[in-house]
Amino acid sequence: MRARIFGMCLLAALVAVPAYADRRSDAKEQVAFGISVAQKGLWKEATFRWEKAVELDPTYSAAWNNLGIAYEQQGKFDDARKAYDKAIKLDPENQMIRQNYDLFREIYDRTQRRRHR
Amino acid sequence: MTARSVAAIASLTMALAASAACVSFYEIGIETPIQAKLDTSPFQRVLVMGFLSGGTQDVDVNSETVRLLRSQLRTKSNLKVIDTDVVSLVDVVDKMKGNVAAPAAADDEPAATAAVKNTKSEIRSEKDLQPYEQIFADVEYWKKLGEEYQNPLIVTGVVYFTDINKSGIVETPREVLDPLGRRQVVSVRQWMDRKGFAIAPKFIFIDGRTGTQLYSDSYREETLYSAAQNTPALSSYFELMDRLIPGFLNTLSSQKIKSTRVLLK
Repeated sequence: MRARIFGMCLLAALVAVPAYADRRSDAKEQVAFGISVAQKGLWKEATFRWEKAVELDPTYSAAWNNLGIAYEQQGKFDDARKAYDKAIKLDPENQMIRQNYDLFREIYDRTQRRRHR
Repeated sequence: MTARSVAAIASLTMALAASAACVSFYEIGIETPIQAKLDTSPFQRVLVMGFLSGGTQDVDVNSETVRLLRSQLRTKSNLKVIDTDVVSLVDVVDKMKGNVAAPAAADDEPAATAAVKNTKSEIRSEKDLQPYEQIFADVEYWKKLGEEYQNPLIVTGVVYFTDINKSGIVETPREVLDPLGRRQVVSVRQWMDRKGFAIAPKFIFIDGRTGTQLYSDSYREETLYSAAQNTPALSSYFELMDRLIPGFLNTLSSQKIKSTRVLLK
């Protein structure tokens, strides 16, 4: 009985790992394409790509970071904050995400103070 | 060259090549749009007439601020700037007070003149300006002014500009040579006497149709130089105002803040 359960778990793991790897690889493609279009100033297309990337792999911190930047560029501050928060939660040690977030917060806090005045 | 050193160089080169191939971040410039703080659509014209000002006597802070804001608004806003003589609000308040205090004035001197003389010499700190700020709540005064200039948006406020002296530990970059003869920049901490200037403006926006305040925003900036450096007050004034102008303009029109972020792969 125990051997059967172990076998089933092993089978599930073997099926799940390639599926996860596929999703991450697809998400990476979307992120890379998003970067190339963002560098050309096509932020809406970049946003679409990065939204797709986080949909494919919600644990991909780089995609959330880029999405935060894209929202910020379009003045969608609440969405940007949520995206940065997600990126930091997934990769708290990443100094680049932290730096982006700190720079964003400077602007975000200013706009919030204004709203509450 | 020994085989061991050749192997070490080769492995180092490979490691460098590998790390170069794995570049996974890209710096990118962004422009963050910030909405205007104030809806200026009901106004076609803006009146910058004068401020309550005080501090150093080296700069006519009131006139310089009026001139600077008018020129910025002319080029960077859609509002038509009204050209008028610059008015000192300190004098306006003094005259108002002078009229009230007329019976108490000296026999051989008009009451208003005496009041102006007394109060002008007293503005030595920001606190001295506070009693004058009651003018911003004088709805009738601003409404009358608004009627005179066909209901513009009125920009006024308080500007206090003064010289400051500060001493303390300052970190300065210094170039040094490391043991291998390469140049490096290190920061050196040293005690320094410094002097400079500080500015504390409060911009107030008044509806010329009703005389009521629509919005106000306060700022504070300072700049310090080494005690040996002799920087003119006017040059420091413009240096400090340069830092504040984007915030001031953002009250009336949308702005874009340029900065950089790092995209990750």
